[in-house]
Amino acid sequence: MDLVLSLILQIIYGIANLALISLGLAIIFGMMRVINLAHGEFLMLGGYTVVVATNNGVNLWVAMLILAPLVVGVFGVIVERLLIRWLYGRMVDTLLATWGLSLLCIGLVTSIFGASTTTTISPPLGVVTIGEYTSSGYELFLIGVTVALLIAVYATLKLTKLGLLARGTMQNSDMAAALGVSTSRIYMITFGLGAAVSGLAGGLLAPITGVLPTIGSVYIAKAFITVISGGMAILAGTTTASILLGGVNGIVAFLTGPTIGEVALLLLAIILLRLMPRGITGRFFKKSL
Amino acid sequence: MKIAQDFRGSVIVAILAALFTLIAPSILEFFTIITLTQVIGLAILALSLALVWGYGGILCFGQTAFFGLGAYAYAVAATNIGGSTGAILIAILVAAAFAAILGYFVFYGRVSDVYLAVITLTVALILYSLIRRTSGPEYKIGNALLGGFNGTGAPPINSPGDGAAMLFPEHTFYVAMAALILVYLLCGWVVKTHFGRVCIAIRENETRAELLAYDTRLYKLGIFTLGAAIAGLGGVFFCVGVSRVTPDVFSLSQSALTIIWVIVGGRGTLIGPILATFALYYLTSALGAQQWLNTNLVLGVILIGFVLLVPKGVIPSITDWADGRRERRVSRSRERRMRVRRSRATAGTEAAE
Repeated sequence: MDLVLSLILQIIYGIANLALISLGLAIIFGMMRVINLAHGEFLMLGGYTVVVATNNGVNLWVAMLILAPLVVGVFGVIVERLLIRWLYGRMVDTLLATWGLSLLCIGLVTSIFGASTTTTISPPLGVVTIGEYTSSGYELFLIGVTVALLIAVYATLKLTKLGLLARGTMQNSDMAAALGVSTSRIYMITFGLGAAVSGLAGGLLAPITGVLPTIGSVYIAKAFITVISGGMAILAGTTTASILLGGVNGIVAFLTGPTIGEVALLLLAIILLRLMPRGITGRFFKKSL
Repeated sequence: MKIAQDFRGSVIVAILAALFTLIAPSILEFFTIITLTQVIGLAILALSLALVWGYGGILCFGQTAFFGLGAYAYAVAATNIGGSTGAILIAILVAAAFAAILGYFVFYGRVSDVYLAVITLTVALILYSLIRRTSGPEYKIGNALLGGFNGTGAPPINSPGDGAAMLFPEHTFYVAMAALILVYLLCGWVVKTHFGRVCIAIRENETRAELLAYDTRLYKLGIFTLGAAIAGLGGVFFCVGVSRVTPDVFSLSQSALTIIWVIVGGRGTLIGPILATFALYYLTSALGAQQWLNTNLVLGVILIGFVLLVPKGVIPSITDWADGRRERRVSRSRERRMRVRRSRATAGTEAAE
C-alpha cells in the first residue's frame, strides 16, 4: 500500500515536472506558432537568477517566486523586440534565430560565471514520510506550484481583458488586428509571459538540479516532446500530453530504470504523432484553451 | 545543356580536391593530416545535410543522430568483426535503416516541417542521454563496451580483406578524401536525376508536386534515408580520425554546428557547406585555444547574423551578386550599342538631308 502510494506520488511528480518545464514553451508556441529553441536557456537563466540572488543574501523564496520570473520575463521582452519581431511569418528562420540565441546565452553565461558553478542550493522543506517510504517535501511543493500555475494561466486567458485579446489574436490575428488590437504588442506580452513562466520553472528546479550553462539541454528534449504531442492548445495540450507521457515514463522507469523510461517517452511521442500529426489537441479537445 | 554545364562545375571541384589530396601530405604537417581526417568526416556530415535540407527542403535538425549512429555502429562492428570494410557498410546501413523507420513515422504522418525539425533534434538528444548512461560493464555489444560518457575506441581502417593490415594515417586521409569526393559527385549527380528534380520540386511547392501525382512522402523518405546513409559514412571517418567515439557526436552543440555550416555555406549548394565546415572548424579550434571570447557566443552571433542578414548563405549570395553584375554589364553594353546605332542612324539621315 505504502509502495503504491509513494509510486503514485512519484508519477504525479513526474507529470507535474513535465508540465512545469513545458508550460512556458507551450504559451509561446500556442500564441505565435513559434518553437523557441532557446527555451532551455530561459530555464537556465531562471536558475542562475536564483543562485546569484541567494548568494547576495536574498531570501530563497523571493528569489525563486519573484525574481526569477521577473528577470527572465524582462529578458524575453527584450529578445522579442530585438530578434523575434523581425521574423514573424518566417517560422524556420525563427527556429534558427532562437537556436542562435540559445548558443549566445550559453556563451554569455559561461563567460560570466564559468563553465561550472560552485554554489548549489539545497532543496528546502525537508522530507515527508509515507509509511516506510519517504518523499521530498519540496517535490510536493512543486506539484502544488504547477497546479497553481496552470490555474493562473487559465484564469488569465479566460477572465482578463488581456486574455481575451490574446485568445482573439491566437484564433485569427488578421481579424484581431482589423478590430484594432495591437497584435505586435500582444505578441510581445505573450513572449514575455512565456519567458517569465520558463524563468519561474528554471528557478524552482534549480535547487533540485543545480545550475550549469548547458543545463538547458537536459530539459528541452522533454519539453519539445510534450508541447508537440500536446498540440496548439496551451493548457489542454500541455496537461494531456504531460499526463500521458509523464505517466508512461514514470511506469516504465519504475519497471526498468530511467534510461528506458526516456526512450519509452520518445517512442510514444513518435507513434502519437503518426496517429495525430497535429498533436492530441489537434484531434481531441479542439475548442479548449 | 544547363545540366551538363552544372555538372562540369562539380567535376572541376572534384579534380581540384583530388589534386589537393595528392599534395597535402607533402606540404602539411603529420598532425594536421590526422586532424583533417576528422574534419572530412564532419564535411561529409555537412554534405548530407546540404542534400537533405538544401535540396530536399527537409528541415532535419538532428542529422547528428545518423552521424553518431554510424560512428557507434562502425566502432562496435569493427571491434567485433576485426575488419573495417564490413563495418563501414554496417555503419551506413544502420544509419539508413534508422532514418527509414523514423522517416516513415514523420513523413507518412505528414508532420509539418517545424515539427520535423524539433522531432529530429529530440531524437538526437535522447540518443545522447541514452548512450551516456551506458557506462557499466553490462552494456556491451559482442566484444565492444559502449563505455557511457567516455565512449568507446574506434579501430583504424584496414585494407579490404586483411584485418591486420592497418592503414597509416596518410592513407586513411586518402581514403577519407576519396570518400568525400565520391559522395560529393554522388550528391551532385543525384540532384540532377529525375528523383533529385522531383525532390527540388517538392521543396519549392509540395502541394503542386503532389497534384502532379508524385508521392511526396516516398520521395522525402528517399532523400532523407540517402542523407542519413551519407551522414553515417561521415560518422565513420570522424571516429576513425579521432580513433574514439564519445556521446558528444549526438550533443546539442554538434547538431547546432551542423546547421550553422549549412546556413553559412548556403542552402541549395553542395560545395558551400563543405567549405564552411573547414572554415568554421578552424575558427572554432582557434577560439577554443584562447580564453577571453567564448566559442558558443561567437557561434550564436554567427547564426543570428546569418539568419537576419545573409539568409541565403555565403556561396549563393556570391553567385547571385556575380550574376547580377554580369546581367547589368550585359544590359549596359546592349544599351550602349543601341545608343551608338541610334546616333549613327540620326547622323545618316542628317547627311542625307
